[in-house]
Amino acid sequence: MSLDVDMQEIAQIFIEESLEGLDVMEAGLLNLDLGAADPETINEIFRAAHSIKGGGATFGFTEISDFAHVAETLLDEMRQNERDVTREAVDLLLASVDCIRDMIGQIGDGEIDVENANAVRGQLEALLANEAVTSATPDAAAAEQPSVESGPTEWHITFVPAPGILRSYNDPIRIIRELEGLGELSVECHNADSLALGEFDPEECLLAWELILVSDAEQAEIEDVFAWVRDECELSITAAGQATPEPATPSTEAPQTDAKMEQAPEQKSVPAARKPVAKQKTATAQESSSIRVNIDKVDALINQVGELVITQSMLSRFTSDFDFTQLDLLREGLSQLSRNTRELQESVMAIRMLPISFAFSRFPRLVRDTGNAIGKKVELQLTGENTELDKTVLEKIGDPLVHLVRNSLDHGLEDPEARVAAGKPETGVLQLNAYHEGGNIVIEVSDDGAGINTAKVLEKARARGLVGMDEQLPAERINNLIFMAGFSTADEVSDLSGRGVGMDVVRRNISDLGGTVSIKSEPGIGSTITIRLPLTLAILDGQLVRVGEQCYIVPLISIVETIQVTSDQVSQLAGHAELFKLRDTYLPVLRLHELFGVACDSKDITDGLLVVAEANGQRIGILVDDLLEQQQVVIKSLDANYKQVQGISGATILGDGTVALILDTQGLLQIFYSTNTKLGKTAVA
Amino acid sequence: MTKANSTHAGLIDGDGAATYAGNQYLTFLLAGEEYGVEILRVQEIKGWESATPIPNTPSYVLGVLNLRGAVVPIIDLRKRFDMESVDYGPTTVIIVVKIRADETERTVGLVVDGVADVYRLEDETIQPPPNMGNDMKTESIRGLATVEEKMVILLEVDSLMNIDETGIDKNGANDSIVAGQETAVTETAIAS
Repeated sequence: MSLDVDMQEIAQIFIEESLEGLDVMEAGLLNLDLGAADPETINEIFRAAHSIKGGGATFGFTEISDFAHVAETLLDEMRQNERDVTREAVDLLLASVDCIRDMIGQIGDGEIDVENANAVRGQLEALLANEAVTSATPDAAAAEQPSVESGPTEWHITFVPAPGILRSYNDPIRIIRELEGLGELSVECHNADSLALGEFDPEECLLAWELILVSDAEQAEIEDVFAWVRDECELSITAAGQATPEPATPSTEAPQTDAKMEQAPEQKSVPAARKPVAKQKTATAQESSSIRVNIDKVDALINQVGELVITQSMLSRFTSDFDFTQLDLLREGLSQLSRNTRELQESVMAIRMLPISFAFSRFPRLVRDTGNAIGKKVELQLTGENTELDKTVLEKIGDPLVHLVRNSLDHGLEDPEARVAAGKPETGVLQLNAYHEGGNIVIEVSDDGAGINTAKVLEKARARGLVGMDEQLPAERINNLIFMAGFSTADEVSDLSGRGVGMDVVRRNISDLGGTVSIKSEPGIGSTITIRLPLTLAILDGQLVRVGEQCYIVPLISIVETIQVTSDQVSQLAGHAELFKLRDTYLPVLRLHELFGVACDSKDITDGLLVVAEANGQRIGILVDDLLEQQQVVIKSLDANYKQVQGISGATILGDGTVALILDTQGLLQIFYSTNTKLGKTAVA
Repeated sequence: MTKANSTHAGLIDGDGAATYAGNQYLTFLLAGEEYGVEILRVQEIKGWESATPIPNTPSYVLGVLNLRGAVVPIIDLRKRFDMESVDYGPTTVIIVVKIRADETERTVGLVVDGVADVYRLEDETIQPPPNMGNDMKTESIRGLATVEEKMVILLEVDSLMNIDETGIDKNGANDSIVAGQETAVTETAIAS
């Protein structure tokens, strides 16, 4: 039945909306101040719960609507000031949010596992019944709950067809007959409020029905009966004594009012929630292939395409009869074209840009739960949530961020006692900050905890043979050791961290995105982990450099400056490494022709140019023969047809159709290290 | 293994697939021998043009070329099979093939001495590669066929660019970093 497809689509909308609703609930719950809760916030949470319940009932997910109903009741009591907002209640409600989320997640699998939900529901009901919840009650409560499932259910159905229903060849009588097939049916028919015989149109259906069906049928089966007319009627199906507090035994006197009043809000809440809410989907879900775009961005795009078309028609004039007097006009047209192209490109990129709040939104909950679990008091501060970045980057940055935040909570922040002893406030502060810097987006995760214990890290590194026994390292390099594989300083492996798989994965994920991660830490004061990511993965501003006959591209963001060196600035270190003095610092010289094994114009360093670039916080000088122009290049991955090559982040196609490789300064530095190692070894040997 | 089993097929014959059994193979010359690849894997044949070299890759990877917007690696088959290199001449062509590895399809250009012919070969006429002892790698050979008394070596294109073999892969790179940081500490400590 083709309708099934539609139903599935609608159910999908329900799922998305419910997930949004759950996010609203979660955010609201986390904002609740215990004791002095803001009534508006409670209302907001209540409304979200109510929509989920309504939607669940409408789409036949009774497990969800039943569950949401219990949570809703609790919220309602809070809303009516009949119940204090206790930590216990908030925790329980948060657990309910998780339960509903799980159940919604299971919709796709066809079967909804209610075991966990029943346990939480038991606790909720116990809380509703009396103030104190003991952990023993859930089982009992859970056992009593599923009574709904056994035996035939009494379904109350209100069916109010739209007047035009008959014109679409749907006959209510047939539907009622079909219902009769499902079980024992009692039917009551009501006519419209006012029926003036003079204006009566025989082709309109002005009747409404109250039906009571005693049947084993699932709600979904009953709804299927109405599948053809769902758009053309007001319909509510409830199990007696289940969702409706008062079993709506249809009193003949006021047939419409009771049942309809009860059901109307539910019916309405669904379309209301279906409107594109400003709040969007969380990034917690798997990578979704669709994107919601602000209409302004689309309008801007359309304007720019319009301009492009005008420019194109202007330029095409020249194709028919061109003489050199028009050269200026042609130039003007071409510059307009390049401006149009650039603007268009920026707008298209902007469509993929989303605020980082999508990635940040999960953290209030995560920090709260984790903090509770490990007994630490944490205050989370989010700044720069509106910083925009590419959707692909955004989706991939979520997991590394979670990891870093957990690390900060587990390793960084101390226990309350330790904090007090160290003269710090009991509550630790964890900051997430995002901002733009040049063409990069910078995300910082900082805490005011104990900082990295460099002695311990060094000890571990030595134990694992990562660092020689007698070697002394500067603090910065020690801190960076934590990004190496298999490294963890946690003495005990915990749920959160300590297995030593983590920071290296974080670093790899980030470098896969073309970003870098660095750490600054001061013992006793705290640590800050800084992630730098390119805004977009598709295009970069590049500086073309030439080595012999080869042309490479250095990302403009990583270039600090370009200088011509004199021989007195260069010195040899132990015979195989070159350093040059830039003002007051010494930087290693990477000879690109040596690293890449290509020919160059001259081996004399003073003939070439030194591109000072930054890699992972360290500056290096890359020796090239010449600088060519700067231009924007479209990044093509080498990976697509070949594989990643160290020192090369990708390739691009130049104006003349040839391929040029894009340098990855960090990778170059690593090649440089390893070649120097070999040289060092042979020198020693 | 007679001629009866192998049909000499034209480059394009419209209803060929329907009337004949077996697969078509494009053959090319490499140091006087005739090699074949499954024709369905061949995307195009283009004239030789110089590629942009990629640093620190095996010598048989000549570099990358722009193939209508895609960046495609170019492999010199003579070097791949450790044959003597020759200067590229007017018949030197790049056969662009699609290879499948790790569930991804990649496009790769193969530099060969020249294209030869197209044959239709039935599967049963193809002999497995003979055992040549452990030293000789036969994994990139799918089998041998005889066409008009000549031997044609059919290649397994998927194994031509064995990613593990083509130089530093990700893990290898990481190892070298660790090693680098471990022992290059003296230099880098000063450098930083």
